[in-house]
Amino acid sequence: MSWMVWTTPTAGFFIGIGLILASMSIWQYVSPSIERKGFLPIKTTRGDRLFIGLLTSAFIHLGIVGFTDLSILVATAISAIWMAILMRWG
Amino acid sequence: MNKIENNKAWFLVLPVFVLVAFSAIIPLMTVVNYSVQDVFDTNTRYFVGTEWFKAILNDAALQSALMKQFMFSFTTLSIEIPLGIGIALLMPKRGMAASLCLVLIALPLLIPLNVVGTIWQIFTRSDIGLMGWSLREMGVAYNISRNPVDAWATIILMDVWHWTPLIALLCYSGLRSIPEAYYQAARIDRASRWAIFRYIQLPKLTNVLIIGILLRFMDSFMIYAEPFVLTGGGPGSSTTFLSQALTTMAIGQFDVGPAAAFSIIYFLIILAVSWVFYTTIMNMQKEK
Repeated sequence: MSWMVWTTPTAGFFIGIGLILASMSIWQYVSPSIERKGFLPIKTTRGDRLFIGLLTSAFIHLGIVGFTDLSILVATAISAIWMAILMRWG
Repeated sequence: MNKIENNKAWFLVLPVFVLVAFSAIIPLMTVVNYSVQDVFDTNTRYFVGTEWFKAILNDAALQSALMKQFMFSFTTLSIEIPLGIGIALLMPKRGMAASLCLVLIALPLLIPLNVVGTIWQIFTRSDIGLMGWSLREMGVAYNISRNPVDAWATIILMDVWHWTPLIALLCYSGLRSIPEAYYQAARIDRASRWAIFRYIQLPKLTNVLIIGILLRFMDSFMIYAEPFVLTGGGPGSSTTFLSQALTTMAIGQFDVGPAAAFSIIYFLIILAVSWVFYTTIMNMQKEK
C-alpha cells in the first residue's frame, strides 16, 4: 500500500465516501427510493441527489480553496448544509 | 405478471467491479493522495494540504488553457454539427454511389491521431505542402509557427476534416431509419424542403445528434496528439490545450503533486459536463 502514498486526510476522505455509499446502499435495501421531483428541474432518486450533491460540493470546495482565504472547513460546512437541503427538498 | 426482485444477480457484476477498481478506482485514489503532497521521490514527500489546488486554480497559464479548451470545443462543434448534417442530407440514398460515399467519408476516421497531425503539418508547409505552397503563391502570409490566428485556424480546420465524417455518418444512419411514409405524407401536404427538414428529419435526428455532440465534446475536450504534432502548442502557448499542459507538468517536469491537483479539476469538469449531457439524453428518452 505504500506506493499509493496515503495521508491521514485522504484516507479519512475515502473512508467517509465509502461509509456514505455503504449506508446509502443499506438505506436503499431497507426502503427503496422512489423518483420524485423537488426544486431541481429533473426527477431524481436519492442516489441521483447524492451524486449531484457530491459533485457540487467538490466545486464548492474548489471555489473556496482556490479563490478565497477561508478555511477548507468552511467549504465542508457549506457543502454539508447544501447536501442536507438537496437530499430533503431536491 | 409479478416481477421477482432478486438482488443476488448483482454478484455477477463483481468481476467487472474488480477490474474497474484495478484500472480506474485505485489509480484515481492514488491521484487524490498525490494532489495533497509534495513528492520528491518514493521516500521523500511532504503533506501540503490544499496548496496545489490553490496554485493550479490561480495559475494564469492554466486558466487560459481552460478558456482555449472551451473555445476550441465550442468552435469545432458549431462547425462540425451543421456541416455533418448537411453532408448527410446530400449523400445519395442507395446504390453504388451511396457505398462509395460512405467509404470516402469514413476515410479520415481511420487515420491514427498523430498521423493526422503529421499529414496537416506537411500539408501546411510553404515549401513542400500543397496548402502552404498555394497560399504563399497567392500572396497570403500564412505561417502556423509564427501566427497564432493561422495556427488556430489550421487546428480547427484539421479537427473539422477529421471528425465531421463521424457526425455525417451518425446523421446518415439516423436519416435512413425514417420510414418512406413520412416523406410521402409530406409530399401530399406539399411540404417545402425546409419544412421536411424541420419537422421530419431534425426531430428524428435528435438522439443521434446528442450522442454525436457528447462524443465530440469529450473528444475535443481531451484533444492532445493532433495539435501536439501540428504546432507543438505554439506559437508561444497559443494552442497549448489542457491535456498538453497536464502532460508537460506530470511527465516533462515530474511535478506529480500539482499535476494530480490539475487532473482532479480536469476530471471534475468533464464529469459535470458529461453528467449534464447524460441526464438530458435520459430525460428526453423518458419523455418519448
